Amino acid sequence: MAGAAPAFLSGDGLTKSYGAVKALSATDFRWARGEVIGLIGHNGAGKSTLINVLTGTVERSGGTLTLDGMPLSRWNAVAAQKAGLRCVFQELSLCPNLTAAENTRVLHRSLQGWGWHARATAAIRSALDTVFPGHGIPLDIAVAELPIGQRQMIEIARAFSETDMPVRGVILDEPTSSLGPEATRQLLDHVERAAQAGIACVLITHRLNEVLAVADRVVVMKDGAVASDFVNEGLTRSALLASMGTVEPAKRVQGALTSRGAELVRHDGKDAEDTVISLHAGEILGFAGLDGHGQRERLRTIFDTSVAKGAAIAFVAGDRVVEGVFPLWSIRENLIHRSLKQLSKAGFLSGGQGDALARIWFDKLGVRAPGIHVPLVSLSGGNQQKVLFARALASDAAVIILDDPMRGVDVGTKQEVYALIRAEAERGRAFIWYSTEIEELENCDRVLVFREGRAVTLLEGTEIEHNTIIAASFGTGKGAIHA
Amino acid sequence: MMLRRIPPWTYGFWAAALMLGVIGLQSGLGSIGPTLTVALAFGAISVLVGTGQMFVIASGPGNLDLSVPSVLTLAAYVSMTVMDRTGGVISAGIAAALAVGAVAGCLNYAAIRFLRLPPIIATLAWSFIFQSFAFNLGGQATLKPPQALSDFTNWRLGWVQVMPLTIMTLSVVAALALAFTVWGRNLLATGQNERAAHFAGVRVGPVRLVAYVICGMTAAMAGVVLSGFTGGAALNMGNTYLMESIAIVALGGTSVAGGQANAIGIWGAALFFNLMGTMLNIFQADAGLRFVLMGILIVLIVAIVPRPEAR
Amino acid sequence: MLDRVRFRRALPVLLPSVALGVMLIAIFSIQPSAMSYFGFTLLFKMAPPLILAALAQMLIILQGEIDLSNGAFVGLVTCIAAIFLKDDVALAFVILLTVMAAYVALGWLIHFRQLPSIIVSLGASFIWLGTAILILPAPGGEIPDWLRTATAWKPPLLPLPIWIALIIAIVAHLVLMRSSFGVMLRAAGGNPRAVQKAGWSIAWLRVVVYGAAAVLLVLAGLMLAGLITSGDPNVAPSYTLLGIGAVILGGGAFIGGQVSPVGTVIGALTLSLAGSFLSFLQVPATWQIGAQGVILFLVLAGRVLVDDRRRA
Repeated sequence: MAGAAPAFLSGDGLTKSYGAVKALSATDFRWARGEVIGLIGHNGAGKSTLINVLTGTVERSGGTLTLDGMPLSRWNAVAAQKAGLRCVFQELSLCPNLTAAENTRVLHRSLQGWGWHARATAAIRSALDTVFPGHGIPLDIAVAELPIGQRQMIEIARAFSETDMPVRGVILDEPTSSLGPEATRQLLDHVERAAQAGIACVLITHRLNEVLAVADRVVVMKDGAVASDFVNEGLTRSALLASMGTVEPAKRVQGALTSRGAELVRHDGKDAEDTVISLHAGEILGFAGLDGHGQRERLRTIFDTSVAKGAAIAFVAGDRVVEGVFPLWSIRENLIHRSLKQLSKAGFLSGGQGDALARIWFDKLGVRAPGIHVPLVSLSGGNQQKVLFARALASDAAVIILDDPMRGVDVGTKQEVYALIRAEAERGRAFIWYSTEIEELENCDRVLVFREGRAVTLLEGTEIEHNTIIAASFGTGKGAIHA
Repeated sequence: MMLRRIPPWTYGFWAAALMLGVIGLQSGLGSIGPTLTVALAFGAISVLVGTGQMFVIASGPGNLDLSVPSVLTLAAYVSMTVMDRTGGVISAGIAAALAVGAVAGCLNYAAIRFLRLPPIIATLAWSFIFQSFAFNLGGQATLKPPQALSDFTNWRLGWVQVMPLTIMTLSVVAALALAFTVWGRNLLATGQNERAAHFAGVRVGPVRLVAYVICGMTAAMAGVVLSGFTGGAALNMGNTYLMESIAIVALGGTSVAGGQANAIGIWGAALFFNLMGTMLNIFQADAGLRFVLMGILIVLIVAIVPRPEAR
Repeated sequence: MLDRVRFRRALPVLLPSVALGVMLIAIFSIQPSAMSYFGFTLLFKMAPPLILAALAQMLIILQGEIDLSNGAFVGLVTCIAAIFLKDDVALAFVILLTVMAAYVALGWLIHFRQLPSIIVSLGASFIWLGTAILILPAPGGEIPDWLRTATAWKPPLLPLPIWIALIIAIVAHLVLMRSSFGVMLRAAGGNPRAVQKAGWSIAWLRVVVYGAAAVLLVLAGLMLAGLITSGDPNVAPSYTLLGIGAVILGGGAFIGGQVSPVGTVIGALTLSLAGSFLSFLQVPATWQIGAQGVILFLVLAGRVLVDDRRRA
């Protein structure tokens, strides 16, 4: 199908440089009508830059763009929109203070004049009903009031919404990172349906299974250029990983924890149905369940009560920008901030000890950066996340809370960090690890599944497995349908 | 671009030097010494107020203490009254002023924290209340300082002015506190990203409370020094310090968005402000023109300062 | 959850309304004769200019910025009106247009160079104040009769300030909360990057916002000049802070994109009544300003109480 369809948008020799840094070097990209392309690669491989160039959000430094066989000279966000190109960006691009309908108006210029609100509501409702049947999202309240999963659904549906502007191509950048399994399946189904109707899609994701499920072609990027371009026939996960330069790790053998250390955390639930959490030294406890079912709130209350008691606890945020990074500071300052107490005497800091501590953990985590004194925000997302891990691990904390820290992190980095968590647990630290990626939970000794604000099911040993977790997330009956 | 090589926080010093040069050209080189003496003394008082304001501004976007002028005035009245009643015990007066400042800082922070008000509103409402207290305490009358206080604020050892020198030492202490104490680092962390600071184990509330308390205390101290230097506490003595404290902090290289502070740069901006006033006086500029020039300069300086690339 | 959300949406209007009601009841119980057309006119006499200035401030706060020069600008307008308006209306309007252009230019500069609006508007306040003093060194000047008559007009049914408040509230609500253009202004405040990615020019939206704010401030200044029948450079410094207070009282927040026009209008009415209220209670002059601070706290504390009850 891919070969036969006429071209939609293509680029030849696209380059983009920021000063001396080449974010994209001489990249060719072909996208046919109705074609679904999976775009994968490590963080910093140039995927976002390629997308920004294709959508006209940033101006290319060189190369040509062709739309429907016609070369393009002026290309910007407005022109791209007129051409029917839509984009779901990684960071949500909804206005939090507006309703779903009002956000639709922001995208569609034609929604103005009398009755615009009714037309906007109709447009977004029909898009939501098509992509996510049975979504149940209220359209008349500000999106900030909605859980993140629903916000992401609105954002996706908005990209597929139609007024007098056609939809011809949709670029989805990590669209499923905040979606539950059900919504993810609905989205992938819709992508296939849209492709049959002639709407082309680019799907950027770290979840290779999703790519393999829907893509016609898979494009792998590395170091600012296209490394390989596969037709998705008989393609396997390990082939993709190999082309990205990562080897799929052997699955960890699940063994029941034989000996338990001292109890480090004991946290009662909010009522009798909410499981009491007891965390022992050397243990990794997973939090699972659909996103937004109370896992984050529980993590935070555990953190806050432990801090209030003076316990040694650290927190690794998944939402880096909002809850993790100090944007004006270097790697060093960011890394040592949780350890200031150990580095100080009577409230005064010692500079040399700080450097030493930062260097140890910088090396241990293999942060890819010129040195510990460069600004943290100049690093790629995955490397920033490593520094946040280092902040927690370098501290004296016996208990470390991980709040879905791997969101949007590439496969290679993940494997390195998994091994590190394991090693630290063996040295007697304890982890509470919330993850929206079910495979990740297989690194845990025990997993608590949350439903409707409570921790309801405890899984141990061999029970920690994709289907059981899904089943428990929905309550046992529903799980069977999905599995 | 020459400007890119000169750190922006030093602009105040260069501008101040330029002003001094112009004054020297206009009124003769002999006038530079006395002009600088006065500018250092008044500049020091501005710096005192500005340093406290700097801590508050650095503690996060939107943090601003608008109660500075009324705290300054109230503390001046209280300390003059105490010194008067105790027959000129300066330490008692200073202690009373510092207590007023500390209480004001606590009240400001309490309103922000417990009534969840934006700092601008909370400190504004308190400033109304402090102003009423000052009004009822002293009324329109000027309360005279004891002779010893006036002597101290004007004290010189050879050509060294003791009062500005003391305040310079305080600026150095403030700069060191920001760079090398746990509280200073925590303050800057809180200012950059409050939630990240919380999850990195910083107790955000107390850290900010200390910033507001310091701000109240420096404003109060400035009230005492100003009374001593100018011969008394008067009802409108603090008025100019509201806008000035904010302007010199920003021109001195502290980020209004929080998380970054420069205690030394305040000096340059404060000297520049005071010397510009002197220069306009020499040229007998009319009050309106002075305001206009002052405003244009503030806007221009902020506009030409190169700022870090935001990602 | 939805009920809670809808309740929160009504809150901006609810809280200042309650405060307003409480103060009115107190005033009427002390002085029943105030409950009349004339009484209302007197109580709210100075409210309309404050309402307009508060709405101008609201537009700026909507963009996540702040304008500390708001009051000084109103003062400048009163001076321009007092000096030029009587003799040469055309000249007066040219001058007014010029200062409005300067106001918009500064707003554009803030956006273009990404400057801290607190500092720039602080500088701007000196510029407006200085210009006003240059035009009119001491309070005075003369106001044309038509302006004085207009601000003293006694319309049917309701007193003039109430009519003005009503009309302004309705128009502002329709434009900002209901029209498709108002959506763009709120969007630009809530997430400017997203608006830009959707192909809009933020710079242009900002210019529109600052332009609209300038128009509101000029109207506020003209109305104020009519009420005090003269010009005064220092007449309105408190407008800046009372305006910000009104926006916050009316449910606005400094994070950008979160304001309520109706709430702001009621907030401005409340703050402007607070002055009359204190005179009615015969609070001594020396304590009046402090009592205003206390009222501000009391009203805003209501917000916290309601918030806590909802959480419990």
